Amino acid sequence: MKKFLTAILFVPFLAFGAGPELHLDRAPDKSNDMAALQNGAKIFVNYCLNCHSASYMRYNRLEEIGLDDAQIKDNLLFAGEKYGELMKIAMQRAEAKVWFGVAPPDLTIIARARASEFGSGPDWLYTYLRTFYRDETRPTGWNNMVFANVGMPHVLWELQGDQVMGEDHKLKLVKPGKLKPQEFDAMVGDLVAYLKYMGEPVAEFRKRLGVIVLIFLAVAFVFAYALKREYWKDIH
Amino acid sequence: MSKVNALLQGTLNWVDERFPLTKLWKEHLAEYYAPKNFNFWYFFGSLALLVLVLQIVTGILLTMHFKPDASLNASGVPVAFASVEYIMRDVPWGWLIRYMHSTGASAFFFVVYMHMFRGMLYGSYRKPRELIWIFGMIIFLALMAEAFFGYLLPWGQMSFWGAQVIVNLFSTIPLIGPDFSLWLRGDFVVGDATLNRFFSFHVIAVPLVLLGLVAAHIIALHEVGSNNPDGIEIKKKKDGNGIPLDGIPFHPYYTVKDIVGVVVFLMVFSVILFFMPEFGGYFLEYNNFFPADPLVTPLHIAPVWYFTPYYSILRAVTYPLFGIDAKFWGVVAMGASTMILFLLPWLDRSPVKSIRYRGPLYKGFLTAFIVSFLILGYLGMLGPTPVRTVMAQICSVIYFAFFLLMPIYSSLDKCQPEPDRVTSK
Repeated sequence: MKKFLTAILFVPFLAFGAGPELHLDRAPDKSNDMAALQNGAKIFVNYCLNCHSASYMRYNRLEEIGLDDAQIKDNLLFAGEKYGELMKIAMQRAEAKVWFGVAPPDLTIIARARASEFGSGPDWLYTYLRTFYRDETRPTGWNNMVFANVGMPHVLWELQGDQVMGEDHKLKLVKPGKLKPQEFDAMVGDLVAYLKYMGEPVAEFRKRLGVIVLIFLAVAFVFAYALKREYWKDIH
Repeated sequence: MSKVNALLQGTLNWVDERFPLTKLWKEHLAEYYAPKNFNFWYFFGSLALLVLVLQIVTGILLTMHFKPDASLNASGVPVAFASVEYIMRDVPWGWLIRYMHSTGASAFFFVVYMHMFRGMLYGSYRKPRELIWIFGMIIFLALMAEAFFGYLLPWGQMSFWGAQVIVNLFSTIPLIGPDFSLWLRGDFVVGDATLNRFFSFHVIAVPLVLLGLVAAHIIALHEVGSNNPDGIEIKKKKDGNGIPLDGIPFHPYYTVKDIVGVVVFLMVFSVILFFMPEFGGYFLEYNNFFPADPLVTPLHIAPVWYFTPYYSILRAVTYPLFGIDAKFWGVVAMGASTMILFLLPWLDRSPVKSIRYRGPLYKGFLTAFIVSFLILGYLGMLGPTPVRTVMAQICSVIYFAFFLLMPIYSSLDKCQPEPDRVTSK
């Protein structure tokens, strides 16, 4: 019986592992690096927030990553948006659909949505944003290693340069961009850190609060347990 | 001080002459005698009640800002989906309330599964507690309906496609199927009408039924008295005052003990809520952070973990019978897998109730049942492959064999004699 049970327990693991594998690079963790988050916010507003909205995110929330009122107004609000407004865009979705084949998705919680068994959402984004390559068969002239036949062109192309897919299925930089590869990776790391922050701005506070709640409960446990023992000392 | 006491006593007397407050207090708490040997497994009943209250309170608060509206806002996001993110970001402490509710849903099923398993370990469903078990089973079905309706509300991809798959299952029922699923959806596709009626079911219809059933469950329990890990009746040995020798008043003994259980539960609950609210994609599925899109079918549609064992049984049926589609028989098998639990009190023919005094046959079958239930749950999270389907078929057969063969093996089993009085192990 035991042997049979053990056998049963292990068969599902043999059955595991079907389906296409997706290899993702690990995104650097910059959740508490304010300079990186601020840089990421700047890149996001400059490069992403023209086609993609972040329609659940308010500009003034960026105070949490160390930006003040004036900095937000001067550096991030270009088209007359108000300080407390949501990060919406002017582009019409119907038009965007004609241009790109699909309307660019809202990015507020993209870092949460892209998580999978292959890696975290930031891992996916970090890999995706660095693996665009030239593909003349695509309408935009670009394709992507993680997101095949993606509708988005390589927006950071000027910074990264041109990559092509080699025979060995690996990417090769054939025309350098404005940034060195390490600089580009660091910049994408900042952007992804910002996207992760934006996905759940309360995340860091949530963890800090969790520690306090657990300490409170640990103390409560001591009292609850002492109370129980006191009442139960006569029960045998 | 004595004046205050007199005033309080007077007030209580005034109430007692008009409402049986003291009587209820005594019957259900201060003079409800519970066996003194409850162990770890007996925490989950009170915890289920706690989670029920938690879900109702957080649910009421969420309802204040949630909008059951499938239309798209100016940014092209469904209003319902956006309203959840609004709660997560712009409503003060909304994130906490929402995570409590989403973690609470999984906690509810965990606690209820443990509570049911306790019943199976110690034979708590046996005579005279058949009705407690049946009320409990209806609570379990209502809870599944509640979770199913609630899961559509955030209007993410998994919400939408999960509801699509489940509602379509009903359409395989011969004759009434298509009309029934149309009635459930309120439309030919899962849409705004579906979202609104699921909201209505989730916030009022099912909770109302649940509360009534929980009351019935507890009233029935207090009528016959609690079972215990030895599976013997404490009411058989009473003292001169008619109080069971092995019984202790629920209050204060079990109230103070349950407080310890509550604190420990809240610690586990808080670890998940504050440090891993998605629980690796099992409590909040990653794909559900994409808004519902009827034009994009996800590669892999999996229900939340608490439904996966039954989903596996559904998928395990691959043969058409009597000229009716295999899918329909899958639905039948899935339905049967939950309904068969209702029969447990009459399937079990063992002379003893508790696992402590049962023989090796029952222990073996119960172990095989639990293992196959867990494997079914695991397989239900994965996409189907031929090997996995065979696995699910084997486990489904074991699942049903546990129940269907029970009248035979439970009466053949070599049991040990039950003790006269409860033991403390």
